[in-house]
Amino acid sequence: MNGSFLSLQGFWFVVIGVLWAGYLVLEGFDFGVGMLMRLIGRDDAERKAVIGTIEPVWDGNEVWLIVAGGATFAAFPNWYATLFSGYYIVFFLILIALIFRGVAIEYRVKRPERRWRSAWELAIVLGSAVPAFLWGLTFANIIHGVPIDSHGEFSGGLLDLFGGYAILGGFASLALFAFHGAVFLALRTTGEVRRRAKAFAIRLVVPAAALVLAIFIWSGAGSGAIDGKWIAAALLAGVASVLLTLSLGLVFRDRDGAAFAATALAICSSVAAFFVALYPNVLVSSTRQGNFFGTVTTVNNLTVFSSSSSHHTLALMAIVALIFTPIVLVYQTWTYWVFRARLRGDSLPGEKLLGGSDGRPTS
Amino acid sequence: MSALAATTAELSRWQFAITIIYHFLFVPITIGMGLFVAGLQTAWYRTKQERYQRLTVFFGKILIINIALGVVTGIVQEFQFGMNWATYSRYVGDVFGAPLAIEGLVAFFLESVFIGLWIFGAERLSPRVHLATIWAVAIGSIMSAYFILAANSWMQHPVGYRKVNGRAEMTSLWVIMTQANLLEAFAHVMSAAVVTAGALVLAVSAYHLLKKNEVELFAHAAQISLVVLLIGGISVTTWGHLQGQLVSREQPMKMAAAEALFKTEKPASLSLFAITPFEKYPSKTDFNITVPHLLSFLTDWHWNSKVEGINYWQRQYQKEYGAGNYKPIVAVNYWSFRLMVAIGTLFVGWATLGLWLVRRRRLEQSRRFLRLSIPLLALPFLANTFGWLLREMGRQPWVVEGLLKTSDAFSHAVSVQAVAFTLAGFVLVYTLLAAIETWLVVSVVKGGPAPPAGEDEQPKQIELGY
Repeated sequence: MNGSFLSLQGFWFVVIGVLWAGYLVLEGFDFGVGMLMRLIGRDDAERKAVIGTIEPVWDGNEVWLIVAGGATFAAFPNWYATLFSGYYIVFFLILIALIFRGVAIEYRVKRPERRWRSAWELAIVLGSAVPAFLWGLTFANIIHGVPIDSHGEFSGGLLDLFGGYAILGGFASLALFAFHGAVFLALRTTGEVRRRAKAFAIRLVVPAAALVLAIFIWSGAGSGAIDGKWIAAALLAGVASVLLTLSLGLVFRDRDGAAFAATALAICSSVAAFFVALYPNVLVSSTRQGNFFGTVTTVNNLTVFSSSSSHHTLALMAIVALIFTPIVLVYQTWTYWVFRARLRGDSLPGEKLLGGSDGRPTS
Repeated sequence: MSALAATTAELSRWQFAITIIYHFLFVPITIGMGLFVAGLQTAWYRTKQERYQRLTVFFGKILIINIALGVVTGIVQEFQFGMNWATYSRYVGDVFGAPLAIEGLVAFFLESVFIGLWIFGAERLSPRVHLATIWAVAIGSIMSAYFILAANSWMQHPVGYRKVNGRAEMTSLWVIMTQANLLEAFAHVMSAAVVTAGALVLAVSAYHLLKKNEVELFAHAAQISLVVLLIGGISVTTWGHLQGQLVSREQPMKMAAAEALFKTEKPASLSLFAITPFEKYPSKTDFNITVPHLLSFLTDWHWNSKVEGINYWQRQYQKEYGAGNYKPIVAVNYWSFRLMVAIGTLFVGWATLGLWLVRRRRLEQSRRFLRLSIPLLALPFLANTFGWLLREMGRQPWVVEGLLKTSDAFSHAVSVQAVAFTLAGFVLVYTLLAAIETWLVVSVVKGGPAPPAGEDEQPKQIELGY
């Protein structure tokens, strides 16, 4: 099956890309903050401030994942089915990590005991690092290819999901989110916590940029013909690299807001590069087949056209998405405006009536 | 199907059942307590009486602990269709995916974004806007239930679709979103959530009344909870009954199994207590106490109408769909149904008794009533679970009634070892978290509400942040 990019399938491919970009930008810094919470927050008050930057928003951020998953199910059922069943154990690990991370953020503060808090802090660190790594691995596998049979089903084993390219992708996203989280923390805190967050951002930018660049280069070199799509993806990857470098300079100049915008846009352009390079496929197959003349070609790729829902469903859901996505964006943005005040870890506000307070605003 | 594939399908079913039953322990609390707390905060906003502020904060904390687990176990549900039921997902995605995606975009976002604002925003928002945030959470969770039930009702009674390209494709979202099966299930589930919240508030209040702790405050809470329980109890039984009549038309095999009615009867007797042999597909009851005519009456309001039995529908389905066993497990349906009905009815009686005690001004002294109200809290959770067992297991062998069998719906790409591994993992993690959650809720309950503000202090805000 074939079709034009200017079709409902093309539209939904873009929507899915936007949803993933939204998810990875928002939960990306949640992951980074979670991973670094014990390193940047040295004592209980500082850790309160660190976690306090994401406490009111992490829940809403995670819904981007739910919607990305639900939209894939509705618009591209075959993509959803093959991806989720094929990467079964990877998705299971992501789920378990997200479960522990979510309850840990809520439960950590419920008891004062040191051991209780340490245990949940460990859950936050691991629950953030594991999915940060596994999302990179998953996206790398989607574009690099895993064995897919003629029914469009994953036909490989567990080890097929842990190739060199995929593992590099995992480390790239892990480092990128850690850096993104440090920049976010610098923007959202003040005092000693902010100073330390900036120091971490400066330390993390080199591995993050190097790993992201490495995965871009491997992707570019590994793909076949250099065509328009290749050039567009390369340009977007270039933009992402420039933005990452730029954000370092902005961190140095105390331009926290601009630095955060740069890392967020770097993630967006990386996701855009990925989806441009992927199109029209949605899952690349590594299964190869030789024909009578000895030419070997890749078969069984899933494309936007071979895996999509009917025209009726795509059109109807497009209307729903166009109405409700702007509404969600408005109230979610407003949330960030409400919680814009920087938090600090060294002030001890008067204990609240009900078991203490969060990191309080200083402005 | 090979033995290995059969085991994969069987384990996948167990995993789905365990994870969804677990998830649904939290859902009714979120919906019911969300509404209850929103109501309390509204009362505080309107009257400025401090007792409402204190109750809002106290019950709000229980709501928050519960929401965390509800949210994270909900993600599992959305992933599992693709992970374990890939064939199902391919077949139904065009229809079933839509309400799921809409749920995320329209309902789940609302609930999740505003819960953060409600918990942490009290000092940063005006009281009116802060009140609006808890209503947004409550409305989000109610809409969420509506869309998920729309998807589930389509599995019970597929409408608004056509079979084309070897799958189901949507023809009318409107028909899917407004079919009677959905509307009645929604009313029933909402009522069940209200009963669950009512029972929870009653149990917590009873605990403190027995301890003679904050008697005035908790007598007030108990009174509210009894009214809520009575309204919810009458509503849940009424909608349950109407749903039973609808299901006897839309899924007659399910209802026949729920009544353990093997042979067609005219007039049909209602079974009160039956024993069916302990086998997967028994063909008769061994022992049965019945009330003549009553099943006919309950089915369509006529004392002498005919009600077709399991054996009849088995023959009909074989004619329509080919050889095979189309009977669900009778004992599971029969007892799930009866226990659910018994619990719902019990709460109507219990709430009536409690309100009578309130009227006689004897509630605080009725130690036996209060003491029994605490263990009764387990019952709504059991009734919720029985309800879903009946709805889902009564549909078997179908995953989508008349369209796709459960045994054909699982993921071919997932090995039996992988499912065994994840099943063990979920059970382990869920058990651990259930224990921690219960312990946390109990410690919040035992801790009681914060002391009232001093004479010279302003009444506090709704302070929920940690």
